[in-house]
Amino acid sequence: MATVEKQKSDVMLNYLRPRKKFPSVWCPGCGNGIVMGAFIRAVDKLGYSKDDIAMVSGIGCTSRMPVYMDFNSLHTTHGRALAFATGVKFAQPDMKVVVITGDGDALAIGGNHFIHACRRNIDITTILINNYIYGMTGGQGSPTTPGGSYSTTTPYGNVEKHFEPCHLAIGAGASFVGRATVYHYPQLEKMIMQALEHKGFSLVEVISNCHTYFGRLNRQGDATAMLRFFKERSVTTARAKNMTAEELENKYVIGNLHEDNEKTEFCDEYQKVVDAHKA
Amino acid sequence: MDRPTKRLLQGNGACVEGAIYAGMRFYAGYPITPSTEIAELCARQLPRIGGRFIQMEDEIASMAAIVGASVSGLKTMTATSGPGYSLMQENIGYAYMTETPCVIVNVQRGGPSTGLPTKVSQSDTMQARWGTHGDYNAIAVAPSSVGDTVPETIRAFNLAERFRTPVTLLLDEVIGHMREMVTLPQPGEYEVFNRVKPTARPEDFVPFELTPNLVSPMPAYREGYRYNVTGLTHDPMGFATNRADEIAVKLDKLTNKIDNFKEEIFKSRAEMMDDAEVAFVSYGSVSRATLQAASLARQAGFKVGSIQLYTIWPFDYDTIRKLCSRCRCVIVAELNMGQIVHEVEKALPENVEIQPMLRYDGEIITPEQLLARLEEVI
Ligand SMILES: Cc1ncc(C[n+]2csc(CCOP(=O)(O)OP(=O)(O)O)c2C)c(N)n1
Ligand code: SF4
Repeated sequence: MATVEKQKSDVMLNYLRPRKKFPSVWCPGCGNGIVMGAFIRAVDKLGYSKDDIAMVSGIGCTSRMPVYMDFNSLHTTHGRALAFATGVKFAQPDMKVVVITGDGDALAIGGNHFIHACRRNIDITTILINNYIYGMTGGQGSPTTPGGSYSTTTPYGNVEKHFEPCHLAIGAGASFVGRATVYHYPQLEKMIMQALEHKGFSLVEVISNCHTYFGRLNRQGDATAMLRFFKERSVTTARAKNMTAEELENKYVIGNLHEDNEKTEFCDEYQKVVDAHKA
Repeated sequence: MDRPTKRLLQGNGACVEGAIYAGMRFYAGYPITPSTEIAELCARQLPRIGGRFIQMEDEIASMAAIVGASVSGLKTMTATSGPGYSLMQENIGYAYMTETPCVIVNVQRGGPSTGLPTKVSQSDTMQARWGTHGDYNAIAVAPSSVGDTVPETIRAFNLAERFRTPVTLLLDEVIGHMREMVTLPQPGEYEVFNRVKPTARPEDFVPFELTPNLVSPMPAYREGYRYNVTGLTHDPMGFATNRADEIAVKLDKLTNKIDNFKEEIFKSRAEMMDDAEVAFVSYGSVSRATLQAASLARQAGFKVGSIQLYTIWPFDYDTIRKLCSRCRCVIVAELNMGQIVHEVEKALPENVEIQPMLRYDGEIITPEQLLARLEEVI
């Protein structure tokens, strides 16, 4: 048992940035750490070269993740990660380009880039950590904050409607879309592997805990209590098929939601133009 | 040669020729008058030479994409006009902070807001220096003719690569859309500078190292150097810092890497200035009129000269002072409500009279207008 644990931590250490000072900026127990662990294990299992991975992020707690890992990291401006990542992928189509983003980063200020990256079906894997709130700026409402929920800018309960990131992505043209939670980390790891291997735009939405703000303001308790909450509220896509809309209310449907392996990819299509017209 | 070296081009076309000559292989942009031809020509020409063109969803994304592609290793460009230039500002700041070479072309039209899409203006001169928030130093280059635009675009790329910084190429609607016969440069005719690559072992690599000239070598992706790039104020390793000493060092680096080499960056054209008592100072399309007005005044026996600024930023106060050492009056002509005139005021001693010759109604300044102003001061 002890050796298994040691091997596991060796994998982590191998991917943490050697000259970066730790700890991270994250609160103890933040779901971001679980996602980072799942991502590292996924990359390790797939055996990618570190040089071939570019991790691009915007601004937010979530968006700090690339800085801690030993890949090419581009920590950009709030909401714009996908636009920067489009430049990276188009310039270096053989790289694995991964965007790490929060719900505010991806869907509020970055909503336009999000739908257009989906539409192009550019081969970028986006891991959207949905904690239903703005963590970094101290707990304001986001485009995924559910109706009635509390945040520092919805002190009387949220009166707005929210986005479903996966539905938005499918509607906009993404060719791989799945949802996981930080409680179900083996599934999360597997889904990240599938997303990375998928050719085209892939989205992994990860339901995660910001216990510091969302948990506290909505009386959901600490990190453990929130993980338990995710466990209790989750249903697999297989089970969800036989459930009514009413039964599915306030549930997290987890699993692969959409996969289209026929759809052409942006960089490939452009390369065809280059091949046809190059002097 | 499979291609005629003489071509009838618009300024926007000359810009694309210069950019490709300089090695630009990645363009991202969003259409806006009067810059759109640049995007259209890039869409056509780049695939033919193995380059890449993408029309992004807006100018914010365009600026982001050219930074991403430049960090990846390509020479990159975008082009826009006033409204788009305003949208780009946050990510231009990111390029300053991360020291990412790229060229932003602003084919100026009248503003503010949507302003005058089809009318000439030079009202973004100050925005090219101070457009994004924070402390930094800026380089901006301004050609005055279609012919000039080819070498000045090459120079803009060379400066971006040499100093690891975004460079703004300020065209205006007149240059962008005017057609002139241009002799295209032969390979080797102009120097093309490429960013300096690191030679250190990856484990010893310091991405934002304080080298003697303050410009740090820059690897492309997949060259074995994995490092962090962030818009947060960072230490030489590229990691965010809150330490007072490291913050000041980073901002000094951004400023001094340009200020220390002002002489190399600054470029102007002085005509008939040796004994000039009255001088025109101008840039961009206005310089065509000032040069003509100065020549006509000379023919009439007046000691008049012309200074054309090819580099707007950094502004070289010393050079302007030296060039104008015999002048009693300097007429600063520009298509705005007075921007560079204040820099000229800073450069010259108080006993020199400074006359702004401004036009901001969407029309050009003519030699006749300049001569009329000259008569008032002579
Ligand atoms: C242009 C701009 N506007 C606002 C901010 C302030 N800001 C920083 S992070 C953030 C929200 C982050 O929320 P989210 O993307 O959900 O990420 P989390 O912190 O929850 O992981 C905001 C509004 C900024 N950095 N830049
Ligand atoms: S504030 Fe919330 S999202 Fe940010 S690190 Fe803390 S728990 Fe995580």
